[in-house]
Amino acid sequence: MAKKISILIVDDEESVRDSLYNWFIEDGYRVECSENATKALSMLESDSYDIVLADIKMPGMDGLEMLKRIKSLRKDSIVIIMTAFATVDTAVQALKDGAFDYVTKPFDPDDLSHLIRNASKQISLLEENETLKEKMVSLENVEDLIGTSEAMQQVLREIESVAQSNASVIITGESGTGKELVARAIHANSPRKFFPMVSVHCGALSESLLESELFGHEKGAFTGAVYNRKGRFEMADSGTIFLDEIATISPKMQVELLRVLESKSFVRVGGNKEITSDFRVICATNRDLKTMVEKGLFREDLFYRLNVVNINVPPLRERIEDIPQLVEYFIKKYCISMNKPAMTIETAALKRLEEFPFPGNIRELENMIERAIVVGNGKKISLKDLPLGKTIVNTTVESLDDLEKNHIFQILSKYNWNISVSAKALKVDRVTLYNKIKKYDLKPAK
Amino acid sequence: MNLENITLISFGYFEKGLLELIVDDVEREFSVPVKTREGYLDLSEYYDPARKQYNGNELLKEIETQFATETSKTLGIFNVDLYIPILTYIFGQAFLNGRSGIASIYRLSNERYGIKKDQTTFVDRIRKEVIHELGHTFGLFHCSNPTCVMRSSTYVEDIDQKEHSLCHKCKSDMGVHTL
Repeated sequence: MAKKISILIVDDEESVRDSLYNWFIEDGYRVECSENATKALSMLESDSYDIVLADIKMPGMDGLEMLKRIKSLRKDSIVIIMTAFATVDTAVQALKDGAFDYVTKPFDPDDLSHLIRNASKQISLLEENETLKEKMVSLENVEDLIGTSEAMQQVLREIESVAQSNASVIITGESGTGKELVARAIHANSPRKFFPMVSVHCGALSESLLESELFGHEKGAFTGAVYNRKGRFEMADSGTIFLDEIATISPKMQVELLRVLESKSFVRVGGNKEITSDFRVICATNRDLKTMVEKGLFREDLFYRLNVVNINVPPLRERIEDIPQLVEYFIKKYCISMNKPAMTIETAALKRLEEFPFPGNIRELENMIERAIVVGNGKKISLKDLPLGKTIVNTTVESLDDLEKNHIFQILSKYNWNISVSAKALKVDRVTLYNKIKKYDLKPAK
Repeated sequence: MNLENITLISFGYFEKGLLELIVDDVEREFSVPVKTREGYLDLSEYYDPARKQYNGNELLKEIETQFATETSKTLGIFNVDLYIPILTYIFGQAFLNGRSGIASIYRLSNERYGIKKDQTTFVDRIRKEVIHELGHTFGLFHCSNPTCVMRSSTYVEDIDQKEHSLCHKCKSDMGVHTL
């Protein structure tokens, strides 16, 4: 038996409990007993059992009521109802309420063994199904990191060297450069590749939601917590957890995160049982974490814990030689997904793309190609299909700062970095514009 | 536990010398001297008229309290049909890693199933059932090896499928438990 299946026997008759206990112990299962439903429910809250074998007639709460409560606690629990007085109505009711099976006492020894074997098979199928789903999610999104430029080759070399280790990685880079893709490449090349890679977009969640998302919660921990739920750290067991926009997490969460990274154990929100999980952590940010540490906005100890290895993904303007290859890749991708015949791009259009600064990086290029395929003539992408002269609305900008930075960059590019004209267009004075350029470290495109 | 011997106690009417036929094999399997003797119990106390069977749980408790000793593994062998409350019948049961167990020869003979008597098969089944229950007292779980004597059996055909000896894994597991 690969994993020791645990069974909880709930029956008010001591002789039944003893009989089942002895029978299952001899089969090598982990077995515990309870003489009533109330005690069984509290045992189920503090520990997890794979199979619950419950009598239908018990003083106090009966087996059917207990079945409903178990199902509200853990939807996929395997509950087998036993009774000495079988009626079709109760059997049907038990199955309707989610019982795995219904058996009449006394049962044939062979039936009992079959029943538990089937239940164990169901448990392993459920677990396998969950793992495969996780794996599918992580595998289907793994795309090749495209680019032959020296900057990109350097990133690939760094991925290769760090993938095999267990070291924490921080991936830095501007918005839209493909940080999550780098994280997926690290995971896909690591020994953890057969286990899930779980992504959490920290910036998209409030503090309390993020806490529940990362650590999971027990039923009733807060309004709306109707089921026990595994957290992302628990789901990433044996795999990788990817924390995107790590710079946005609150000081309280920074403390919590540091504790989890150090002990690899945590408690679900509203729970009291310590859960351990073996995960590797990869973070991403478009902010300068070191500056945030200096300003006291990010914990120094957490920074050093996360920043064992730093991979910086270059912006697209620093790897323009990769643009033809990326364009080709996106044309192929969107022609297939939109069920359109294969398309190409006119040389002039490609040349203009190579000159464009792309403040939104690869994401912006991808959006541009997708749009061109939609509006184009279906054969060749031409200059008129590309919104190069206009401001491209980047729908995935994370923060107000990003929006401001991108807008200033667009205006500066439009007026060939003429500060006076750009400041006038932006309706700010020149000093303010200089300060903003310094703040966002803006430079003309090469 | 300083184990000195295994004691096989027959309760009820047995053919004379039936247990003597299996002693050598039991000794060889567990490397412990095996003694046999007769025991006396008023079995009517354990009889359930509704089921027309004898309560295996109560009999096991009785063997544990009345016959088991600190220096011996004790197995009570009965010639009556045993049950436990949740099962229609059992061949035997034992305390896992404990001092005692019980086994029944009632369902082991061919005649019980309307087949011609076969004494060799009958003794062979008793031998396997006795070694199996004693195996539990030595801490062994049911084994997935199809020929190992610790393989779980619910029908006599299952008993016939296995050997009367422990597989390598069970032997090595038992070594751990008896240290």
